[in-house]
Amino acid sequence: MPVKLPARPGKPPAQAVDNRVFDLLSLTMAMVLALHASHLPWWLTTALAVTLGWRWWQRRQRAGRVPRWLKLPLLALLTLAVVVSYGSIFGRAPGSALAVGLLVLKLLESETPRDVRVGVSFACFALMAALLFDQGLLLTVMVAVGLLPALATLRALEPAAPETTLPVALRSNLGLLAAAIPLALLGFLLVPRLSTPLWGAPAADQARTGLSDTMSPGNFTELLVDDHPAMRVSFDGTPPPPDLRYFRAYVMWDYDGRSWHHLAPGQRDRRAVAAIDVGSSISYRISLEPTHQRVLPALDVPLQAPPQAQLQPDREVVADKPVNHALHYQLRSALRYRLQPTLDARSRRLGLQLPAGFNPRSRALAEQWRQRYGNDDAAIVRAALTLFHDGGFRYTLTPAPLGRNAVDDFLFSTREGFCEHYASAFTVLMREAGIPARVVTGFQGGYWNTMGHYLLVRYSDAHAWSEVWLKGRGWVRADPTAAVRPERVTLGAAAAAGDQLPWYRRDWLQGARNRWDIVNRWWNQGVTGFNALRQRGLLTPFGIRDTDTTTLGVLLALGSVLFIAIGMAWALLQRRPRDPLREALHQLERTLARQGIVRRAGEGPQNYLLRAARALPACREELALLMKSYLELRYAHDEPPTEPLRAFRRAVRNFRVVRVV
Amino acid sequence: MQAQLQRLYQWAERRLPALTRYRRPEGLPIELHRRRIYIVPTRFGLGFSLLLMVMLVGALNYGNNAALLLTCLLGAASAASMLVAFRSLNGLRLTHIGAGHAVAGHPLEISLTFEADRVRQAIRLDLGDDSVAFALSASGTSRVPLMLPTDRRGWQPLPRLRLWSSWPLGLFRAWSWLHPDRAVLVWPRAEAGGPPPKAPAHDARQLRLHHGDELATLRDYRVGDPQRHIAWKASARHPDLMVKDFEQPRSRPQWLLDWRQIHGLDNEARISRLARWVDEARSQQRSYSLWLPGNEIPAGSGPLHYAYCMSALAQCP
Repeated sequence: MPVKLPARPGKPPAQAVDNRVFDLLSLTMAMVLALHASHLPWWLTTALAVTLGWRWWQRRQRAGRVPRWLKLPLLALLTLAVVVSYGSIFGRAPGSALAVGLLVLKLLESETPRDVRVGVSFACFALMAALLFDQGLLLTVMVAVGLLPALATLRALEPAAPETTLPVALRSNLGLLAAAIPLALLGFLLVPRLSTPLWGAPAADQARTGLSDTMSPGNFTELLVDDHPAMRVSFDGTPPPPDLRYFRAYVMWDYDGRSWHHLAPGQRDRRAVAAIDVGSSISYRISLEPTHQRVLPALDVPLQAPPQAQLQPDREVVADKPVNHALHYQLRSALRYRLQPTLDARSRRLGLQLPAGFNPRSRALAEQWRQRYGNDDAAIVRAALTLFHDGGFRYTLTPAPLGRNAVDDFLFSTREGFCEHYASAFTVLMREAGIPARVVTGFQGGYWNTMGHYLLVRYSDAHAWSEVWLKGRGWVRADPTAAVRPERVTLGAAAAAGDQLPWYRRDWLQGARNRWDIVNRWWNQGVTGFNALRQRGLLTPFGIRDTDTTTLGVLLALGSVLFIAIGMAWALLQRRPRDPLREALHQLERTLARQGIVRRAGEGPQNYLLRAARALPACREELALLMKSYLELRYAHDEPPTEPLRAFRRAVRNFRVVRVV
Repeated sequence: MQAQLQRLYQWAERRLPALTRYRRPEGLPIELHRRRIYIVPTRFGLGFSLLLMVMLVGALNYGNNAALLLTCLLGAASAASMLVAFRSLNGLRLTHIGAGHAVAGHPLEISLTFEADRVRQAIRLDLGDDSVAFALSASGTSRVPLMLPTDRRGWQPLPRLRLWSSWPLGLFRAWSWLHPDRAVLVWPRAEAGGPPPKAPAHDARQLRLHHGDELATLRDYRVGDPQRHIAWKASARHPDLMVKDFEQPRSRPQWLLDWRQIHGLDNEARISRLARWVDEARSQQRSYSLWLPGNEIPAGSGPLHYAYCMSALAQCP
């Protein structure tokens, strides 16, 4: 079994690692590549995979480094590819692409244990880099799984390691990782978080399309097929019915004939926050995924802003800083309300603004309605909604393009589109009829997770609707999309889109994904959303309101010491086979030693006990008996029999020294 | 530089035994326990911890909790691997040392028997330039051969052995000194050339046949052959009586190797000359006797006799 190793001191000759190690290393690299594949360009992934596979095959044929004339051009090619594809080699995405590429190229020269160790370390780093792109539960678990081949490689490097199969080799580190979990959690909880990053603005480039503060026809299309979670809402008490689940993000007043903006460029909003009469209200908590924007979606209509956020004049909630990490906030919103019962002059002007010289046919239609219904604004609104409901409009995610007179084209010729077309056209119609109106974008609907009692809102639930100001009722929500497709509001975007969705968003799968989301929510709340603020509140249950860095450091040190102590106890624990017979004899020796009869080194039990018997004549009989039974128990059997052993121990316990005076 | 370091280390060993973890020779069995196992990070371990720091700072900077969790997990696993490294040595016992034979200048093979009550993996044993790795199965023993370099004849105490392991991840190296209180006997080196031993007086009786005990052939009966040498069964098939002819196994005369025969040389030269003669006698399959001051070895042959003679030579004052 022993393995001869090469002479150790000095420079050991570079001994090539065996195929087993190399296979594990290749597997590690393949895992890293697979985990990065989602953000690498497909051709780079393919090229790297081919390189990896080729090198693996080549190494099986003949061990040895790949010659330099092949390696250097590949390196140059990789750098070139990254620069061409990303425009730079710095930054998170190009940096990761370069790192993964270098890692695969490292495999070309991995021959000695040292190469392999460097490769494994680098792979660990690249595994961590994969988490910078997505820190979902699934990817994190996969990255942790990716550690297994990496650690197995290190294990296989040790000499005289037992021959194992691949599954066993991978499993061998599970125990180590499992034992590491408590300490890892302690570190995770207590390592002081940075309140401001040391360098770089984290990741504006990873922004999803998200909601935007402008709206032009067609810029929702990308959003409506993005089924990543946008936020999760849990309500105190019963959730509002589906037709009230409107989450307000942006309110848009300014229309330039093509797109909607909050206000015209250069204008500043100096209006006061709109007044509101509250009928009924509900309070709820939102966990928002990072958006890299400042707006915080809120259920219509929020009553106040959470800390570190402001309420805008139109009751949009805007945070002081862009939301770069998962954010949790609590809000209270009115469900039955009268918003801005009296409209100020400026708002009225904004609500009626229209660019001149656009959409003559819709203007004519609006004027026709105005003549027919007179001053009854509500009737005009109803007429418009009826038009959308009965006018042969179709809900589709791929509408025909619109021309200069977008609203006219939409209303009178194409008649197909999705929420933003309807909201835009409806708002323009209302303004043409002289009713103050505005576009509101945000989310509508969501999936109610019964198990977790929360509402999951995805990006695909993005929605646009209108608000019209009616005298005596304030701003009233009018959703023309609901007129066209009522199920858009009651069942959600996926139902409305019908079979235009890709296969992976079909009902059954979507249902499963919605239910699975509870785990994601738990992960987001527990892990990814654990920021400096939450960390400071960590010790609140123990009466410490604000846990500062020093306290955290002390706690971390104490906790580590505790875990190390547990680990040491485990490591030092050596179960010695107990020998009750010897222990009994020791007890007897101690009893006798108190009388000054100490067993000498090298003195056998027989000699010793005989000496004791001579010294204590009163106990002679007893000691002789003890000696005899000890010798018998010790030497007559391999294992001392139980019953006589018990008797001997009892006898030793009961032994009392009697001194003859 | 290397030599200076070596000297510094030797000085430190003499003056600061506690610092260099020096241990006096001790009797077998030697059991490793926590007071004599030391752990240091390997160079890879240091590099890896640096990498972990980089990962930690990166994860904190990007506020990426999943990456932080991963970093913490890796760090904790590394720390745990330190304990595993310690445990792979803790409780290991060196129970027995066997030594082979070797002539001075040639490496001598010693074998160390280790015992443990748990599975141990990737344990390494260093002796000078020689390094060997072994593993122990559950409650198993392992015999580990090592080559001990020798240079002088006589009793050579075993040097310190370094027992170490970087199992499981190679991040930490747990090590301990083993200094068993044992010596091995190194045989003297034979001189390169020189005269053959003085031929002993030719004894006619030595050439006589019938003296050996290996059956060589059958021949016709001659008068005077002892009766018990007659091959009765073979004779039954022949007209004449057949006699078993025995042959002396040694075909060469016996050598009487004597310390006193060699004049004009110092002791070491005498010993190495005698060693050469013993070697030659063995290779020629002669029987030989050896006279040494205070030690007289009667004639004999075979490996045991050879070993006896060489050991006697090795132990000459």
